Amino acid sequence: MLVNFLIAVLVGATPLLLAATGELVTEKAGVLNLGVEGMMLAGAIAAFSVAHGTGWTSLGCVSAALAGVALSLVFAVLTLTLQANQTATGLALTIFGRGLSALLGAGYVGIAAPVLPKLHVWGLSDIPLIGPVIFGHDALVYLALAALAGVAWGIRRTQLGLVLRAVGDSHDAAHALGYDVVAIRYGAVMFGGAMAGLAGAYMSLAYTPLWAEDLTAGRGWVAVALVTFSAWRPLWLLLGAWFFGALMYLSLFVQGMGVAVPSALLSALPYIGTIVVLVLISRDSRLIRLNRPAMLGRPFLA
Amino acid sequence: MHRRRFTSLAAASAAVLPLARRARAADTLKVGFIYVGPVGDFGWSYQHDVARQAAEAHFAGRVTTTKVESVPEGPDAEKVLDELANTGHGLIFTTSFGYMNATIRAARRHPDVYFEHATGYKRAKNVSTYNIRFYEARYVEGVIAARISKTGLAGYVGALPVPEVVQGINAYLLGMRSVNPSARVKFIMVDSWYEPPKEGDAARAMIDQGCDVIAQHTDSPAALQAAASRGAHAFGEATDMIKFAPKTALTAGLDTWAPYYIKRIGDVLAGTWTSTDVWGGFNTGMLSMAPFTNMPADVAAQAQATIDAISAGKTRVFAGPITDQAGTLRVPAGQVLDDASLLSLQWLASGVDGTLA
Repeated sequence: MLVNFLIAVLVGATPLLLAATGELVTEKAGVLNLGVEGMMLAGAIAAFSVAHGTGWTSLGCVSAALAGVALSLVFAVLTLTLQANQTATGLALTIFGRGLSALLGAGYVGIAAPVLPKLHVWGLSDIPLIGPVIFGHDALVYLALAALAGVAWGIRRTQLGLVLRAVGDSHDAAHALGYDVVAIRYGAVMFGGAMAGLAGAYMSLAYTPLWAEDLTAGRGWVAVALVTFSAWRPLWLLLGAWFFGALMYLSLFVQGMGVAVPSALLSALPYIGTIVVLVLISRDSRLIRLNRPAMLGRPFLA
Repeated sequence: MHRRRFTSLAAASAAVLPLARRARAADTLKVGFIYVGPVGDFGWSYQHDVARQAAEAHFAGRVTTTKVESVPEGPDAEKVLDELANTGHGLIFTTSFGYMNATIRAARRHPDVYFEHATGYKRAKNVSTYNIRFYEARYVEGVIAARISKTGLAGYVGALPVPEVVQGINAYLLGMRSVNPSARVKFIMVDSWYEPPKEGDAARAMIDQGCDVIAQHTDSPAALQAAASRGAHAFGEATDMIKFAPKTALTAGLDTWAPYYIKRIGDVLAGTWTSTDVWGGFNTGMLSMAPFTNMPADVAAQAQATIDAISAGKTRVFAGPITDQAGTLRVPAGQVLDDASLLSLQWLASGVDGTLA
């Protein structure tokens, strides 16, 4: 029981972690991309169609990342090169991604595709409790954790991270120092797209291995919210994603136990609960101001 | 109570097909169909379209059909109905509960066109209603679940606490109890007809709570697939979903609209169409079951015998005595719950865990 709960939490958090890690980097560079949901859906259908066509789930994951990058480039060209409003463009990207994935996916409804294989570590996966919880997952679960750890370390400890933060906090200063603000932001947006695409691949190849319209069911929005409500801090992002995964599972589990709470309220619980908790733990406004990229959403006019 | 479109009103990208299709001969009947989802939903609308094609093939040359997919429920539906009526369609099937008012209003404006509305309850001189007794299949699934289950506890992934789903949960339990009097049913409402990740999560949660057979009353194969990934047996929904769980899928209740469509089109051609209300089960051919798979031969035989008994009227699904969760006798011995009570069903039989909140 506990094992299954912990597995459900890890699995439920994975698509959020993948997408939110990408969005974190994007926002750290000072760009607000609200198109995560659309990029996830593009990734989901790309992964599903390629995995179905070739039989290779790994190829599916690569295509998903590329599809996410392709969509993020549309966003980058519009907002970074042509200076369109980031909020409006991001919303448009989500709507576009939904429509595009529904159109491309029309022929894939009702078809089964290969499922992302679980990595069985010989010996380790058989340890009671720890084995299945820690060692029994597919590659994307570990990639999500590794990517977040890498980004957390990279932002704080590397020169690239320092430049990224400089661009996000004061693009004029970064520009004066000779950094190519637009190029760095392009890179950050594309990284966000690739991660959102992978999150989509996780949905259509592992979480719910099938194609259905609107498969991600709002997880892209949760990822965007997690980044903000965790005050741009990777560790809290991780806790927020796990908390959401836990509530998601518990809201269904509790219903199965026969607790008399309306199902509509229970389905809202993960969203409300996660936001309330993250707001509570990061209510220190000084901390938020310190962490919030000062140039978030602002266009850079060189 | 019925259907549909909680998720993708945005899918109003309605592929409006060329509506003005020329009649090939003067005596050719043009029949229109409007669907709430894409034909590719692999469930509700898909099954209607299968029936449309069967009907067109049946009346080869004498009938042409037009389908319009992803028609939003509400005012837009009325425009589509007007368009179909104005382009010479003599009979129009509106295949979702939410088209009810649009159908009635369009019928008033086009008194010379016959309308058929699925799963609704409003009729007029030129409007019939038709529906399927889906719960009969749930009863058969219950019989199978009781034979397959080792724990005596089965799960039911529901969409919303509407009468159709409540009928299903109760019928599932009554079917189980006809085999194993101490069997129990758990259920989870995912609060949507269609939200694949949650449908799968609901199945997993109930398996973690000891259910080893899962039935689903939601539209995607996600619950069936999630059950399969845990090695649990499960039933599909509306259409044969076995390819999503080749080793654990048992069967599925199949919505079979073709016999009805063929009969009603025939009535119009013969000039004998009248406004009727049909709620058909196994005995009308409107409901059938997908092949029985992944079960011993004697279980399959018992399932078939149950279908035959329901068809012949020997087994009544909601025959008394039935007690609800609070212990109130809802249906006394010797009586059968009537259709009006079924269509507003909001209580759960004793043996179902959980409450309708």
